[in-house]
Amino acid sequence: MVNPGTEKIVAEDLNIYYGPLHVLKNVTLSVRNHEILGIIGPANSGKTSFLKALNRLNDLNPNCRMSGSIRIDGKDINREMDAEDIRKRVAMVFALPLPLPMSIFDNIAYGPRRHGIKNRKELERIAEKSLRSAFLWDEVKDRLTGSAMKLSGGQQQRLCIARTLAVDPEVILYDEPCSGLDPISTAKVEEAMFELKARYTQILVTNNVKQAARVGERVAFFLMGELVEADDAKKIFTAPNDKRTEDYITGRFG
Amino acid sequence: MRKFRESLIEKFILLNGLASILFVILIFFFLAKDGVALFKTVRLSDFLFGIFWDPLAEPPQFGIVPLFLGSLMVTFGATAISVPLGIACAIFIGEIAPRWMREFLKAGVELLAAIPSIVIGFIGMTMMAPFVKKMFSLPTGLTALSGAIALAFMAIPTIVSIMEDAISAVPRSYREGSFALGATHWQTIYRVIIPAASSGIVASVMLGIGRVIGETMAVMMITGNAAVIPRTILEPVRTMTATIAAEMGETVRGSDHYFALFAVGMVLFLITFAINLIADAALHRERK
Repeated sequence: MVNPGTEKIVAEDLNIYYGPLHVLKNVTLSVRNHEILGIIGPANSGKTSFLKALNRLNDLNPNCRMSGSIRIDGKDINREMDAEDIRKRVAMVFALPLPLPMSIFDNIAYGPRRHGIKNRKELERIAEKSLRSAFLWDEVKDRLTGSAMKLSGGQQQRLCIARTLAVDPEVILYDEPCSGLDPISTAKVEEAMFELKARYTQILVTNNVKQAARVGERVAFFLMGELVEADDAKKIFTAPNDKRTEDYITGRFG
Repeated sequence: MRKFRESLIEKFILLNGLASILFVILIFFFLAKDGVALFKTVRLSDFLFGIFWDPLAEPPQFGIVPLFLGSLMVTFGATAISVPLGIACAIFIGEIAPRWMREFLKAGVELLAAIPSIVIGFIGMTMMAPFVKKMFSLPTGLTALSGAIALAFMAIPTIVSIMEDAISAVPRSYREGSFALGATHWQTIYRVIIPAASSGIVASVMLGIGRVIGETMAVMMITGNAAVIPRTILEPVRTMTATIAAEMGETVRGSDHYFALFAVGMVLFLITFAINLIADAALHRERK
């Protein structure tokens, strides 16, 4: 059905501006089916802007303009698709775990309900499946009706992943998902990402170079709004083409 | 020395804090002192359940029911008009309007709050009342409905500004989270933002009602001031506040009539006190 390795998302000549700021400059980058693409780079390098362009969350910012094109399975997301459709297919997990102020179950059911699933049995099935995939089921199965705000940070972040899985996306974007988590929770989130590899294309923006090395199959390095290079993780971390990449991963700046 | 100064300042601040509570208690005792005096000659049940208010009759009648119903009808009408309008306005300002329009609208709403109630009464009398009269072909346009419409305009700024604060205080992350799951703008407003802001919304409505029920000048001018039990909203009514304002000047100090007006004031005080308590409880529920 899907061929791993073929191109899922293609961004071409992507430029993004916030008011007068040119935050992303002529980025051309493709993401393959069922890979984990790590995106690294220092603060303000355009990583998050790139990520938010992929599911049109930049639309929410009235100061944001963009040029260039992004295609998913060959379809232009800005010209040929609705924002709601693209966000259902390309879902996002944020830096800070952000459960909605409702119960654990309702958090998971929020997305499916918005897309028209009302049947309680069906929602329960989706909730269990998503929570299992995010390695959270065993910890919360007895308190699904409890408030999601009472979970620990790591549990909240895995709930956010489960919530994202519940809308049955094709691509999952992670925006520094472990920046607020302790090492054990981080390991659990990474474990979940490996597990999900079979079914989803995943893009991980991270400040943590080591995490990109652990999880990413391919890695892209952004600097000051430019894509410096993108290659297999092994190549990037052992013999990068660009001096700046080497400087960054060896910790000489950033 | 330093410690002494510290404690002096602390005591001073404490005193200021207690003062406001003290004022409320004093006002209530002052009201109660004269209000309760009525019940030496008039039975409490005759006051609370009496259906005639006629202080000049022989014997005088001090039944609060027509006044209470008058206030209730005007307040209820004003609430029914102002709450939906206020909610829609606050959502538009907080969520939908572009930034330049937001500032413009907020300034407009605040200006509406600054209009003196006598001016609203004036406009109600000269424009709203004739309109209501014509619209429903009534003998007079000075009705509970006209009063309700005028008061709605006074409640809307209170409702909108507090509610808009509550809506803006909903973390941006909730919006992004909802959008990122593919929800539409309306779904996000309806399912996430309004529930998250619900305590502020309840508080704003309560405070709006509090403003309406205590309003005097405009209702005195517009509602027709007939102290009879209204059957529909298209009849003249007289509110508790208007009664006190209109009759206080004609009473003899120490007479039953004088005490009766204080008793009415006491009822009014208790009602607004209860409304404020509810608003407060709603605000605190969220903070936990």
